[in-house]
Amino acid sequence: MSDKIRTVEGITKESTQAMIDEALSVYPEKARKKRAPHLAPNDAASGCASVKSNKKTVPGVMSARGCAYAGAKGVVWGPIRDMVHVSHGPVGCGWYSWGTRRNMMSGITGVTNFAMQFTSDFQEKDIVYGGDKKLKTLLEEAHDLFPLAKGISVLSECPVGLIGDDINSVAKASSKDLDIPIIPCNCEGFRGVSQSLGHHISNDTIRDYIIGTREFAEPASPYDIALIGEYNIGGDAWSTKPLLEECGLNVKAVWTGDGELEKIAATHTVKLNVIHCYRSMNYMCKVMEEKFGIPWIELNFFGPTKIRQSLRALAELFDDTIKEKVEAVIAKYDPIMQAVIDEYKPRLDGKKVMLLVGGLRPRHTIGAYEDLGMDCVGSGYEFAHTDDYDRTAPEMPDATVVYDDPSEYEFEKFADTLKPDLIGSGIKEKYVFQKMGIPFRQMHSWDYSGPYHGYKGFEVFARDIDMAINSPTWNLVKAPY
Amino acid sequence: MRQIAIYGKGGIGKSTTTQNTVAGLASLGKKVMIVGCDPKADSTRLILHAKAQNTVMDLVRELGTVEDLELDDVMKVGYGDIKCVESGGPEPGVGCAGRGVITAINFLEENGAYTDDLDFVFYDVLGDVVCGGFAMPIREGKAEEIYIVTSGEMMAMYAANNISKGILKYASSGKVRLAGLICNARKTDMEFELISELARRLGTQMIHFVPRDNQVQRAELRRMTVIEYSPEHPQAQEYLTLAQKIADNKMLVVPTPLEMEELEELLMKFGIMEAEDEAIVGVAEAAAA
Repeated sequence: MSDKIRTVEGITKESTQAMIDEALSVYPEKARKKRAPHLAPNDAASGCASVKSNKKTVPGVMSARGCAYAGAKGVVWGPIRDMVHVSHGPVGCGWYSWGTRRNMMSGITGVTNFAMQFTSDFQEKDIVYGGDKKLKTLLEEAHDLFPLAKGISVLSECPVGLIGDDINSVAKASSKDLDIPIIPCNCEGFRGVSQSLGHHISNDTIRDYIIGTREFAEPASPYDIALIGEYNIGGDAWSTKPLLEECGLNVKAVWTGDGELEKIAATHTVKLNVIHCYRSMNYMCKVMEEKFGIPWIELNFFGPTKIRQSLRALAELFDDTIKEKVEAVIAKYDPIMQAVIDEYKPRLDGKKVMLLVGGLRPRHTIGAYEDLGMDCVGSGYEFAHTDDYDRTAPEMPDATVVYDDPSEYEFEKFADTLKPDLIGSGIKEKYVFQKMGIPFRQMHSWDYSGPYHGYKGFEVFARDIDMAINSPTWNLVKAPY
Repeated sequence: MRQIAIYGKGGIGKSTTTQNTVAGLASLGKKVMIVGCDPKADSTRLILHAKAQNTVMDLVRELGTVEDLELDDVMKVGYGDIKCVESGGPEPGVGCAGRGVITAINFLEENGAYTDDLDFVFYDVLGDVVCGGFAMPIREGKAEEIYIVTSGEMMAMYAANNISKGILKYASSGKVRLAGLICNARKTDMEFELISELARRLGTQMIHFVPRDNQVQRAELRRMTVIEYSPEHPQAQEYLTLAQKIADNKMLVVPTPLEMEELEELLMKFGIMEAEDEAIVGVAEAAAA
């Protein structure tokens, strides 16, 4: 949370509303009526969402959203490295979600990690006769080929739901036969309005099939925590986990970046859950709180200001040993971070950034930009809910534009008006804006870079942002506006 | 080439009627193909004298993909040079039988099964049009002529009316038309009059009243049509007449389905149904006593 309400020169509630109205004016009446509540100037003081969210995308617009399967395969289940993840259905969903999120994994492929593409590769005959038998065979073969895999997730693609294949009963029988956990996840892409439902469904399957089924080998300690909603994009967890360990805490499990099934299964014995991506995993934090009495705290590890606040908030929940260690850590890194800021801030000060990412980063990364002297002039999510927008309001400067599930047209239109120095979004947006002459960074995958989390990550982040904005290439390109 | 789809309530005798009629058309010198669109795959057995024909989907399952399949593998020729294909599909409760129909018909189209020498293609469709797959035979460019097999039984008439509603939907966007009701008689009261009246209300005709005759069953036991088993039998003549009427039929209409109340009124008029007593609705036996 920021202490005071910030503003950006030249941006007022009126100017933002006028920009929104202009963008909306080209829509047919029905679409305009539907889109209007999803676009609004930020009301920083309220701490409340200024836009409507988690609604069906208006037909006909170009949306950046994914599907429930994407949320299950790409986000929650896929990063668990010691399991086989089966994309059940035709080949494309599994193929195009393979490794694209850049959730990095340690281990040896085929031995301690299984970052391969497993699919039942549905053919016409599997649709007509059902894919249950094929799934059973696949599970047996996967187990034969990779006996060291600790479990198998079965992620349903659309056709499985359409023809009503009973993956749950196949998973149950095969789990017994093969003596490993097999988790059926009914995350058919057509369910829900975005990938968000896929996260929820996956959380529910972790609740139903995984949590509480294992214990940690080592004895419990008062400093046992789990890091939830950390997906190790570009190696993020390899920055945050050591940082928390340096603070004296035992990170017993990471959900689910570079994750291990048995550690996730034993997480019900930790003392505290630290959640990073609230949108995709708040469900399980709430379940563990209700069922096992484990408190949870939302933290932000982007940029030294937020890291400092987060570590101190975390220390408040522990004894003096931790408090002292946290202060020592902050004291150790502050000068290093100051050096980073001293190097890059002079070149980035006053630059403007617009964001459109998934469910967390449009608010969580703002502090890191501000550490570099930059202002966020617009932000929005693909699939956030009201509670995410509530959390966003105080993070953004007052009166800046908030956009929920914006169409590519709206996003372009706003960029055209606001003329940001950088846009942070995804691969679908990247080349559009670069062709407009606007520097761009992919903020889902860290654009082939990373980590961006933690102290280690901020150095990389600052370098990348400087490189993007101040590349001499842009002097050779003339923006068409 | 005229493409004709046969619909009707499950168990009403669509397959038997279709095969006997098609045998009739063949004996009138017409070239006909039957496409069975029912996972039970019993639409061609009387023509082929076979227990069950190898279906398109059976072979797709065996070979792995539909691309490996050859037309000759699935098309058999039976009585009267009638070409026979069964789409096939899963046993009840698994998979998607509707997709089987779509896959099979697409395969037939892509592999040139619809040859110019054919006078008629008949689609014998599963009784309950439960999903889009079973409407495949009446999609654009397929059957434009539909006959509904019915009888004087109440549920068969309900089904005929419901199917008419489906035809109305397709007719408004395409060329599908109702060509008539075929009454496969069950010897219910006033059956001829009732179905004639239903046909009139639907804006169509009862193209033929096929009387009930055990000769059909005797032929079926031998996996034959009556036309082939006993061409001189009066029942064979009935199917020949039906075949001729279909060959000559020009009455293709957009149906005017009845509202549920109209249909019940019709049934009451013919004494099939009694007037509803609202006082007894939802009252258990014990409570009523």
